[in-house]
Amino acid sequence: MIVATATSSSSSLSLSGSISFADVGLALCLVAVAVVVSRVRQVGLEGDLLVATFRSFAQLLAIGYVLDYVFKGHGALTLIVLAVMVGTATFTSGRRGRLVPGHYAISAAAIALAAASTLGVLVVLGIIPTAARAVIPLGSMIIASAMNTTSLVMVRLRDDLAAHRREVEARLSLGQTSHQAASPWHRAAMRTGMLPTIDQTKVVGLVALPGAMTGMILAGASASEAIRLQLVVMYMLLGGNAFAALVAGEATVRRLFTSHHQLVRSLRRVAI
Amino acid sequence: MTERFEYRDVRVDGDDGPIVEGFTAVISRVGLTAMVGSSGAGKTTLLRLLNRLDDPDAGQVLLDGKDVREYDVLQLRRRVQYVGQVPVTFPGTVAENLAMAEPSADAVALLERVGLPTALVERRADALSVGEAQRLSLARALACDPEALLLDEPTSALDTASKGGIEQLIRGLSDGGLTVVLVTHDPRQAAEMADAVLEVEAHQ
Repeated sequence: MIVATATSSSSSLSLSGSISFADVGLALCLVAVAVVVSRVRQVGLEGDLLVATFRSFAQLLAIGYVLDYVFKGHGALTLIVLAVMVGTATFTSGRRGRLVPGHYAISAAAIALAAASTLGVLVVLGIIPTAARAVIPLGSMIIASAMNTTSLVMVRLRDDLAAHRREVEARLSLGQTSHQAASPWHRAAMRTGMLPTIDQTKVVGLVALPGAMTGMILAGASASEAIRLQLVVMYMLLGGNAFAALVAGEATVRRLFTSHHQLVRSLRRVAI
Repeated sequence: MTERFEYRDVRVDGDDGPIVEGFTAVISRVGLTAMVGSSGAGKTTLLRLLNRLDDPDAGQVLLDGKDVREYDVLQLRRRVQYVGQVPVTFPGTVAENLAMAEPSADAVALLERVGLPTALVERRADALSVGEAQRLSLARALACDPEALLLDEPTSALDTASKGGIEQLIRGLSDGGLTVVLVTHDPRQAAEMADAVLEVEAHQ
């Protein structure tokens, strides 16, 4: 079982607890560099950079206090924390796929099922403990990743079916079901949703040391401990994303066709 | 029964109100019926109701005296084939395109029926000219052994030479006993090809 705390003694340097708010303030000089680059090259992202900087500070500060509270003997709140994360991810992903009928319901189903099934497997197999300290950080990774996958699948599938609606209707006219008629674009959308995580998994350790591993090493854990956790995280994300892509793809096809195997009218009236 | 299709007080809504309203008409089982009318009058919308690519918001559409909604929609579409304005080819060869419609289809016989050289059977479908692709679309529809053929401006994307050939082919299919409904904006085409003309007036 992986215990999700970085407690190794093999490192000679740990950043855990050594970064003060003054240090965070000093790191802002790098944001200033980004603002200057945006300004000088007239990219026009200065506002977005400032908003992102402020939001990340406020959001992480808030979640830091919440997590401290939950970890200190209030583990029963774990499900509420995860539910808030799923809700926020649903809102973000649903808004991205707003041209798909029932977009919020699709996002909620895909993200919640991906998180529940993946975390469930990890807990049932005894790979991670049920402690809030393990379930919340790993759950947040699955939820964030499933959110991106769900958005990609919904948007790609809707756009492709609209752009290829003549082909889709030619298939329907041959007596194909809506699932058969949508299948080439359904497959393409699922690939779009799943490939970023697969590519990331392929190059892990060669191109970048991923977040969970980096965090553990910075907190003082040994590299081998960090690697084992990271492997679990990567496999978890592969499974979770496949689940999210599956649910989002199936649900999106269902909502873009009627029960009589007709494209919904909103899709038929898109100019092509 | 002489009617193949019947529209009964049909209304189809668009984003800004009805596209078609109170439309009633019959289409004969025999011969070629041309549906004519100005652009935006709802001809294509009405055609698509016949094989349930769309459903009316009010009223009824009948096939052989029975509401089209009472048939299994997938079987209905095989009986009533629809060919659109822009030829659609699927990835793969001409033979594979025909097999998508009917796995046991005799590809060579179908190509001969629509006037395509049989040497094209192993050609990639996306390498065909527009005229050849439209003939392939017709061959694919015929592979389903339909009782009726719905054609939505099938010559509008073609040059003059291809147009004449496709018109002859369509006329031949109608003479061979197939119910053909042809949407066209071209009065000459309607006058020369059709046994009956159905005028669709733009909804006010």
